[in-house]
Amino acid sequence: MPPPPMRKVVLPGQYLGDSRYLKPGRGTFIEKGKIYAMVLGVFERKGNIVQVIPLKGRYNPVIGDFVIGIIEEAMPSSWLVDINAPYPALLHVSETPWEIEYGDAEKYLKTGDSIMAKVLLIDAERKLQLTLNDRNLYKIRGGHIIDVEPSKVPRIIGKRGSMINLLKRLTRCRIIVGQNGRIWIDGDDENIAKLLLAIRIIEEESVSYGLTDKIERLLKMMT
Amino acid sequence: MAGNAEEIKLIDENGRRVDGRKPDELRKIKIEAGVLHRAEGSCYLEWGGNKVVAAVYGPREAIPKHIQDPVKAIVNARYNMAAFSVEDRKKPGPDRRSREISKVTSEALERVIITDLFPRASIDVNIEILDAEAGTRCAGLTAAAVALADAGIPMRDIPVACAAGKIGAEVVDGKVKGGCIVLDLCKEEDNYGNADLPVAIAPRTDEILLLQMDGHLTYEEFEEALELAIKGCHIVSKLQREALLRKYQPDVEENL
Repeated sequence: MPPPPMRKVVLPGQYLGDSRYLKPGRGTFIEKGKIYAMVLGVFERKGNIVQVIPLKGRYNPVIGDFVIGIIEEAMPSSWLVDINAPYPALLHVSETPWEIEYGDAEKYLKTGDSIMAKVLLIDAERKLQLTLNDRNLYKIRGGHIIDVEPSKVPRIIGKRGSMINLLKRLTRCRIIVGQNGRIWIDGDDENIAKLLLAIRIIEEESVSYGLTDKIERLLKMMT
Repeated sequence: MAGNAEEIKLIDENGRRVDGRKPDELRKIKIEAGVLHRAEGSCYLEWGGNKVVAAVYGPREAIPKHIQDPVKAIVNARYNMAAFSVEDRKKPGPDRRSREISKVTSEALERVIITDLFPRASIDVNIEILDAEAGTRCAGLTAAAVALADAGIPMRDIPVACAAGKIGAEVVDGKVKGGCIVLDLCKEEDNYGNADLPVAIAPRTDEILLLQMDGHLTYEEFEEALELAIKGCHIVSKLQREALLRKYQPDVEENL
């Protein structure tokens, strides 16, 4: 069975190559010296590394990632935050810029509030901790949050930010993309509608080539 | 399984079955991936007269906490038959049969899912039988496998299930006479046949994930039925992969 060509959708358990000549990357596993796909995704080969970029699935947190979270529960000195990962993340009061008395956590962030945060820590049991102590991390006021597949985030940002800069320029919206598949946008209604359409198209056609050009044509046509 | 075989002739002189199939022929199967937008992964499957919807949620933190496993995810399949899925209303809610099927399905799926990537989490699979016509556990597991792949759950393989069985044997003077090993029993064959052997495998390695038997088979018959069922599994497996690629990559032909 020959390994699949570039940009092909592969399925779990599909043969990707021999581990004597190739290195297994993300989304793959080795069994008896052979590399197989682990998830439904797009096959990619960089040098001698083969990997599968998942098309679906939950956000897999990485330390240092910028994420957009929604407060699930306020506890006396910490919050549980949903960041679209398999597990809720913990935000402790000591990781916020505010001076909070024990029991006052809820006065600062309530259930349903949204925050821009950074992944601080992931332990062996995959317990997550967030922080608000960094530049550009704060509680979100105004704007909208939309959800996309976390695996499509690189596509929405584009090569060196080409796609996101295009979207910002042509829709005049403020856009902040969280690595966890949540996107915060702000602008006037007409532009937001255009932006939403563009993002849906990027999501649907993420496998195809020349997407940035297509989106540029589309947005210019609408103005 | 002891039926009134005299009433219905399950297999005729030409080797044709009650619904006109050959002994090694499957019923019609239709699979569609990603049909529910609330679930993370889903699948709709029609297998003969069976209609099944499977939905996958997770991986998410297992609740209540005491069921969590600190080193791996737990797989929770729930098989349920709709009240209108059978002749004469089925009383809703879990019963002995559906709990058994939920358990064996969970264990079969757990074998292929890479659970150690998600400690403390649970992966929930809901299998709803909307319409039943023999072989629902195989149809349910097959649909669940497609839904899991659709949800982006890491797996070693896409499991698949299919049944084989024995029909048309008669008891003469206390001895079993005749009978024919066939693939994928239909309703009449299940009710009045001699044995049913549902099998689930991981098609890449042919590892057996589920094996149950209802009725009686000799050792030779069992071997023959198992081989036939595995053959059937491979045919269904191809349909599963086609369904997933149809959804995620339009040019299916090139990829297979």
